[in-house]
Amino acid sequence: MSGEVVTGRGTSGGVVSEEFYGRLKAYEGRAAATAGTGKDLVNEPMIRHWCEAVGDANPAYTGPDAIAPPTMLQAWTMGGLSGHLDRSAAHDELFALLDGAGYTSVAATDCEQEYLRPLRPGDRITFDAVIESVSELKTTKLGTGHFVTTRMEVRADGEPAGTHRFRILKYAPAAKGKPKGKPSGERPRPVINRDNAGFWDGVAEHRLLIQRCAGCGTLRFPWLPGCAACGSPEWDTVAASGKGTVYSYVVMHHPPFPAFDPPYAVGLIELAEGVRVLSNVVGVPYDKVRIGMPVRLEFLRVDNEWELPVFKGADGGAD
Amino acid sequence: MTAAGDELPPLSIPITRTLIVAGAVASRDYQDVHHDSELAKEKGSPDIFMNILTTNGLVGRYITDCFGERAVLRKVAIRLGAPNYPGDTMVLCGTVVSVEGDRAEVRVVGANSIGNHVTGTVTVTVPEDGS
Repeated sequence: MSGEVVTGRGTSGGVVSEEFYGRLKAYEGRAAATAGTGKDLVNEPMIRHWCEAVGDANPAYTGPDAIAPPTMLQAWTMGGLSGHLDRSAAHDELFALLDGAGYTSVAATDCEQEYLRPLRPGDRITFDAVIESVSELKTTKLGTGHFVTTRMEVRADGEPAGTHRFRILKYAPAAKGKPKGKPSGERPRPVINRDNAGFWDGVAEHRLLIQRCAGCGTLRFPWLPGCAACGSPEWDTVAASGKGTVYSYVVMHHPPFPAFDPPYAVGLIELAEGVRVLSNVVGVPYDKVRIGMPVRLEFLRVDNEWELPVFKGADGGAD
Repeated sequence: MTAAGDELPPLSIPITRTLIVAGAVASRDYQDVHHDSELAKEKGSPDIFMNILTTNGLVGRYITDCFGERAVLRKVAIRLGAPNYPGDTMVLCGTVVSVEGDRAEVRVVGANSIGNHVTGTVTVTVPEDGS
């Protein structure tokens, strides 16, 4: 989650952001937790649950001489559903300061642990933690915020058992176009005129009509007033059989548009009759659409008023 | 023991919803983004995602699976990148960076379909026979 971090500047002006960062930096070196106590002694059930979750069958973690998986170190210090009782005032103030500035979200980015002695069932865990550093304002893929690094000394029955350095990003989430989910808004309406009304009449009857030049017989799509081959303005139509293949495609990710729910595949479909039609490829995941994939015409109701011709992909060539 | 440059056999981990939730709860991490997809979406994430403690546990497991039950983890340092969302698969790979006596340092990378979920370094010791 820390990928591609670049140094950023506050949007509210350099002086203000520097003053704010000074206030954050003042917490470096202050205690984050003092004389914290693990809520449970190191115990077999929690070890077993952990091993089951991560699929760890190491025999060192079972039996009479069992030790806890060393990577559980932090788990013994967690507040759980009832929360942390041992955080320091400095820790809470720092987080309140960040929350107040809009950096309300948290993402863990780094965990560095050193194990000094194995933990065994019955060990009583105690810990102290210090706020090691607070970064300048950084812009990441997640959003803009400050990295906060804490360093925790963990003891078991009073003996040093390990150290745990933990880095989180306290950030303001990057603006999203909209939450994922149902698209809102209606599909844009086609402009229907005397040159293409026949096509839309066909769609209403669930037929995809291709124009055919009455002079030379050339098929054409989209609809046009005259034939590009011979210039004749006379035409009739043939109904597409509905069979086609993906001639080319793109996957739309951005920009989002109210009536659509990206990502989605837009295909240039070559119909069996030879003309090409642009429409959505449905029925297969957007990232499984491929050039040459066989597709079949369908009519998709996109809202109360409109049905549109789309092409259903035959995943795995099953058609 | 191994030598610097050795590649560890990859371990493929299907990222199921169950793994994400079980790992979060087993590590006593009740942040909603690790078990409640509705609330995760409200916070701008496409779905729930694996917490760092579970990743840490998987990395530790990978190393002890490769080095055997007598292996002792000394240090695990990881950095998270691309989140582990349900339905994805993470493949853990390891390369031995250095070996000194019974101590090896291993570079670990766990990649999913988005990119590298985790990169890190693990120090492990494997006692000589009879110790």
